Amino acid sequence: MTRPNLERAPLVQQIERRLFLRQTLSLGALTLLTGCDISDQDGVQKVLHAMSRWNDRAQAFLFGRETLAPTFAESDVVHNFRYNAFYPVADAPQLSAADYRLELSGLIADKRPWTVEQIGALAHESQITRHVCVEGWSMIGKWSGPRLGDFLQRVGADLTAKYVGFQCADGYSGSLDMPSALHPQTIMAVKFADETLPSKFGFPFKIRVPTKLGYKNPKWVTTIFVTNRMPGGFWEDRGYNWFGGS
Amino acid sequence: MTAEVTSKVRGPAPAGVRGVQLHPLSRRIMHWINALAIIVMIGSGWRIYNYYPALPINFGFPLYLTLGGDFTVTEALDDEDGLANALAWHFAAMWVSVINFGAFVIVGFASGHYRRDFLPVGPRAFVSDLWAAMRFKLDHTLGEYNAVQKVLYWGVLGAILLTILSGLSIWKPVQLKELTWLFGGYEFARVVHFFGMAAIAGFLVVHVALSLLVPSTLVAMILGRVPGARHPPKGGTT
Repeated sequence: MTRPNLERAPLVQQIERRLFLRQTLSLGALTLLTGCDISDQDGVQKVLHAMSRWNDRAQAFLFGRETLAPTFAESDVVHNFRYNAFYPVADAPQLSAADYRLELSGLIADKRPWTVEQIGALAHESQITRHVCVEGWSMIGKWSGPRLGDFLQRVGADLTAKYVGFQCADGYSGSLDMPSALHPQTIMAVKFADETLPSKFGFPFKIRVPTKLGYKNPKWVTTIFVTNRMPGGFWEDRGYNWFGGS
Repeated sequence: MTAEVTSKVRGPAPAGVRGVQLHPLSRRIMHWINALAIIVMIGSGWRIYNYYPALPINFGFPLYLTLGGDFTVTEALDDEDGLANALAWHFAAMWVSVINFGAFVIVGFASGHYRRDFLPVGPRAFVSDLWAAMRFKLDHTLGEYNAVQKVLYWGVLGAILLTILSGLSIWKPVQLKELTWLFGGYEFARVVHFFGMAAIAGFLVVHVALSLLVPSTLVAMILGRVPGARHPPKGGTT
């Protein structure tokens, strides 16, 4: 969710841009002479929140269990794929393959933790799909890994439950509706561009959901849980739409 | 709404009714809902645009013209700089905008308003009316639409439709992938959406400026009729 132009800009430019934005904002406040934006009223926020929940339902209705995200050719794959998180790449978790354990909880029968090796040994699916960020940028990448649906079935998850939630090593969290979790293109991506998933992209795996926006694709997943209680998520709790479907 | 109020005045009319522009209540309500919805869509859309411009040029909309709350607050609270709120506005107003526009167009066609008032329109009439308008020689008669107006109204109806369809293809590039494909893919659909907005914004500038030049049209769109207007206003242009 960091902005692309800020990421690449040197620090001085970042500061200048920030100052410019603040000045523009002050000018805006003066122009409006109100000192408050209607967006910041409690009542307005309540209505917007209710509409966002309505949009969750509308998107769940539009979602086709068999509708596949468009796939692309190998030649369309972007190789200098963008690192994206809410902090700089230097702070990205470096998980050790030997120590890593995937914890399972909630409505799952077999909660034994999984090692990197065990996850990697499951049958892989490959896909070349477009990652679409809520900010508007998009990139085509190639991801491979076991289907999340197969994994959930294997560990005896209650597939009639409403949600699948994720906790991540960097404090990120997210959740999917069960139909999206069971979608054939939703995978635990252990590979990117045919190589082991690099640390900056979420090693040992990221949940790749090509039917959803980028923030619904958690990286460095350390816990998967199944529940009927709406888990929310890192950005969803900060006002972004929960369903986040494409 | 009585029959004589909704009926359209054509040609020479009795002195008492001449020049009185008539907008039925349904059209006025939908017009103003549309106005509000479009302002919200454009205001929030401009902030969304700023986060990752669709055009390869260094341009962003001034923040004070955008909708989405004080981003310094969300930044302090959530380390989130005001995009979430702009998106919430955009996808809330989307429903109002699309449903109202659909009703507006259906009623416009079904009532015969478009056929009576926006047709016929030919290139020759358009050029001659445009030339007259540019020299401020085009008289405005309330309730009658010149060729320039007709073209502009068809144009903005088309631009809104294009913006809605390209918007849907950006929102749902998977579920509506055929539509997205029609717009040349996700990335290009964003560009179409931008230019659709630009066309609507361009129309709005002209539309508002002209209604201020001929204020009786504004009165007509609020009250439905202009009570005192016995004659076409002098010197008004469209």
